[in-house]
Amino acid sequence: MPKDDGIGAATVRREDVRFLTGAGQYTDDIKAYGETAAVFARSTVANGIIKSIDTTAAAAMPGVLAIFTGEDFVEVGGNPAGWLINSRDGTPMHEPKRPVLAHGKVRHVGDAYAAVIAETVEQAKNAAEAIEADIEELEAIVNMKDALAGSNFVHDEIGTNQCFDWGWIEDNREATDAAIKGAHHVTTLELVNNRLVPNAMEPRSSRAEYRAANDEYVLHTTSQNPHLTRLLISAFVLGIPENKLTVIAPDVGGGFGSKIYHYGEEALVLAAAKKLGRPVTWTADRSEAFLTDAHGRDHVTKIELALDEDGNFLAFRTETLANVGAYLSNFATATPTFLHGTLMAGNYTVPNVYVNVKAVFTNTAPVDAYRGAGRPEATYSLERVIDKAAREIGRDPIELRRQNFIKADQYPFASAAGLEYDSGNYDALMDQMEKVADVAGFAERRKASEAKGLLRGFGVNAYIEACGIAPSNLVGVLGSRVGLYDAATVRVNATGNLSVMVGAHSHGQGHETAFPQVVAEMLGIDAAAIDIVHGDTSKIPFGMGTYGSRSLAVCGSAVVRATEKVINKAKKIAAHMLEVSDGDIEFNDGQFSVAGTDKSVSFGDVALKAYIPHEFPLEDIEPGLEETAFYDPANFTYPSGAYCCEVELDPETGKVTVESMTAVDDFGNVINPMIVTGQVHGGLGQGIGQALLENTTYDENGQLLSASYMDYAMPRADDVPFYTVDHSQGNACTHNPLGVKGCGEAGAIGSPPTVVNAVIDAMQSGGKNVTHIDMPVTPHRVWSAMQNA
Amino acid sequence: MYTFDIERPATIAEAVNALGGETMPLSGGQTLIPTLKARLASPDKLVSLAGVSEMQGISLDGGILTIGGTTVHADVATNGSYPALSQLAANIGDPAVRNRGTIGGSIANNDPAACYPAAALASGATIVTNTREIAADDYFLGMFDTALEEGEIVTAVKFPIPEKANYQKFVQPASRFALVGVFVAKTSDGVRVAVTGASNEGVHRWNAAEDALAADFSAAALEGLTVSSDDMISDLHGSPEYRAHLVKVMTARAVSAAS
Repeated sequence: MPKDDGIGAATVRREDVRFLTGAGQYTDDIKAYGETAAVFARSTVANGIIKSIDTTAAAAMPGVLAIFTGEDFVEVGGNPAGWLINSRDGTPMHEPKRPVLAHGKVRHVGDAYAAVIAETVEQAKNAAEAIEADIEELEAIVNMKDALAGSNFVHDEIGTNQCFDWGWIEDNREATDAAIKGAHHVTTLELVNNRLVPNAMEPRSSRAEYRAANDEYVLHTTSQNPHLTRLLISAFVLGIPENKLTVIAPDVGGGFGSKIYHYGEEALVLAAAKKLGRPVTWTADRSEAFLTDAHGRDHVTKIELALDEDGNFLAFRTETLANVGAYLSNFATATPTFLHGTLMAGNYTVPNVYVNVKAVFTNTAPVDAYRGAGRPEATYSLERVIDKAAREIGRDPIELRRQNFIKADQYPFASAAGLEYDSGNYDALMDQMEKVADVAGFAERRKASEAKGLLRGFGVNAYIEACGIAPSNLVGVLGSRVGLYDAATVRVNATGNLSVMVGAHSHGQGHETAFPQVVAEMLGIDAAAIDIVHGDTSKIPFGMGTYGSRSLAVCGSAVVRATEKVINKAKKIAAHMLEVSDGDIEFNDGQFSVAGTDKSVSFGDVALKAYIPHEFPLEDIEPGLEETAFYDPANFTYPSGAYCCEVELDPETGKVTVESMTAVDDFGNVINPMIVTGQVHGGLGQGIGQALLENTTYDENGQLLSASYMDYAMPRADDVPFYTVDHSQGNACTHNPLGVKGCGEAGAIGSPPTVVNAVIDAMQSGGKNVTHIDMPVTPHRVWSAMQNA
Repeated sequence: MYTFDIERPATIAEAVNALGGETMPLSGGQTLIPTLKARLASPDKLVSLAGVSEMQGISLDGGILTIGGTTVHADVATNGSYPALSQLAANIGDPAVRNRGTIGGSIANNDPAACYPAAALASGATIVTNTREIAADDYFLGMFDTALEEGEIVTAVKFPIPEKANYQKFVQPASRFALVGVFVAKTSDGVRVAVTGASNEGVHRWNAAEDALAADFSAAALEGLTVSSDDMISDLHGSPEYRAHLVKVMTARAVSAAS
């Protein structure tokens, strides 16, 4: 017991019963007596001066209860950035205030400048349309290069559109420059990592209640990290004491990063609920989601790879412009820096790495971490330039990578970008990938495609990423304003079942299934007797939530530590019950036994004793069986992988189809292989979406052209192939108790360069000397590139 | 959406009576309902055609396939009397769209990227309304523009079934409307080629291709032809030159696939 639902079992996800039967409870499902609706008036121009806002007519409309403007929030704090980045010259980044509602200026299309609370949503919409805002449109700042060159500023008070100019590692700069200058061969690539709209299935929603008798607030909100949201609201924005504010993230329909952050709408509904004494709910429509959810990626990069005459990598040098949009979202400054620059040595023994990132304000929606957050950008740059180099010097792309891989006996390995990789075996991943993808059979498959008039391309990628962002002591030195631990409380109930309160939030990750598997394995009891409690700050310990593939590696480790504490205390109780000393007790398969005898008590017997402590040694042991642990990792975890794909390209139309996609990942130990496979599938779909379909386009006036599904192409089932996913080559993480590395983002990190490398290969096989094409690789772009080659 | 009244007539006569002023006819609603939800239209009243039984159903008589105006795409897709038309219907939108969207709604809206207008124009179909019959050549007047008068509704579309026909749609990746769609129909009178998705003028015929194919119904017959990119649509998904190129590619493929 309980091998069918313990560690390693492909247990079916228990939460799917409610998700698939419509029984989920989402923020917008929560209703009580006296509900009201909030609707925002949002800017239709990208940059403008708010000359006046006249709400007189709107306030007199049917059902209207209150109207707020930026004027109502001038006294409260701004929504802060979570990570301080210092520029190369030592000066701190610019942090213009991000208000609850725009005041003085609107800075992107969708920027909210007023909010209406009414009895119904339709009444609130009618009134929002009746607000008379006199907004003087200014020239929009959209393009990053123009933004840096011009004298028109998104935030006049800082007198520049550059947030920071960051170097990593600044001390490596000269050596990297010298290595490139003296190299036998240098490959240069300029590329765009396209901006993405997260498109969670459930749009953002926030609902506040105020209970005047106790001066207490309850905020239900679509959050990946309710404690962090509460902290930001309490300590920075509204100043509500944490003990007077409960934040609950109930079922949440996907986040992909966009629901990590605190948004002004959350503060607005809290303020409105207090003013009215009634519940206030705001739920975004899809257009608001496109315009105001924090977007992802949006890097413009030049990368150089220097090689010696034997093909050894000598240096990577990167210059990136990173768009942060109109305001700093909470982790906007960490994503293009420490989650990107530190990965720019990849899987390679390259001795010199230097990364320069300039973050740029523009009149566009804020940009922040989105599935992968910095590591997809790093991987894309590295793996595209390596592919280009292989073609330039006439080397096989797999062999060139293998030659420069860190070898299995080199761990722990200090990368030239400042990280210490704990474990891995990139050659073994590549071996497995070549085997399961039948790479040797590619030539035959290419012939078959050509017989149909199609070009076939093969693309390969090796990635490493960093998950379970940590440790607090290190990230604190690097500028993080938060700790990066997590927490769990394991409560054994009197009848022997368990409630496990965790800081991580599950919004598609399957925690409710996977975490009990860990505890069941440790306690030797049935996983069905264990439930996870998450998402409610009044119930769970202070944890940092879910992002960066951290849940199992960090929060799961806290669960392990808390469970160990439970076992230790239970042993003491068992020893008392069996009238022996603690050291004589062995715990196996849910039984506490006395070594060398047939005396034993079950876990359930001990639990009951803990809560009915008759004849209990109260002087030595407290009643009850409940333990909490906070876990702060010693290092990041480093998942890695070898991916390949094959594409078919129709040379007449430019249409690319992904015919196969193979992902061989090292996630360390795997708790639930079915959930891991599902996570990889989802990531691959998003990565293929970025590579072939998704594009966020603003015109020169800052209008979002791709503002609906009519123009923003999401990947659909028939846009992706059946995947081959393999996680047989795990090397356990060496520094967390489960040996796990994190799997949530890998697919989205590894697949974009794989696809683009394959498209280039296909075009080259058709005699077209196209060496680069920017994502998304649409039929129009492919056809145009081939016309010009 | 803004508030509106809804009326559910049972006959064409009642429907026509109910129209007028700030009213709009509602067929499958696959364009109109999203438009209303986005608050981009504010009719006082919708007149639902869903209950008008005389506008429903498909019948075949003397080589003419008559499709009632409120017949949904899914029913056309499974009919099979006119295989190229069924195949076209089977590739409109997704199952939800195909089970709500109607041929009359599509023909009346005349979206420049819709599929049905290409079929109607290439087939030489007749658009039947509550007052008259209009030849397809006289019906489609440009992007979202038709010969329909105020208060006139499409009650049926009559398709003469050609000897050979095929529709090739190159999809716009996001909407999956036609970035370029070409319907080719060969009859004893000649060949008709209708292009959708491509032009600022909406659905239109490609006369040069028709002439070439009338002489030689093969993809090779198109080789010497060029398509002008003047008046072609330019948007996020394709340039005028790309669309012009695709017109020729899709026409050739339709000819090769025609059966």
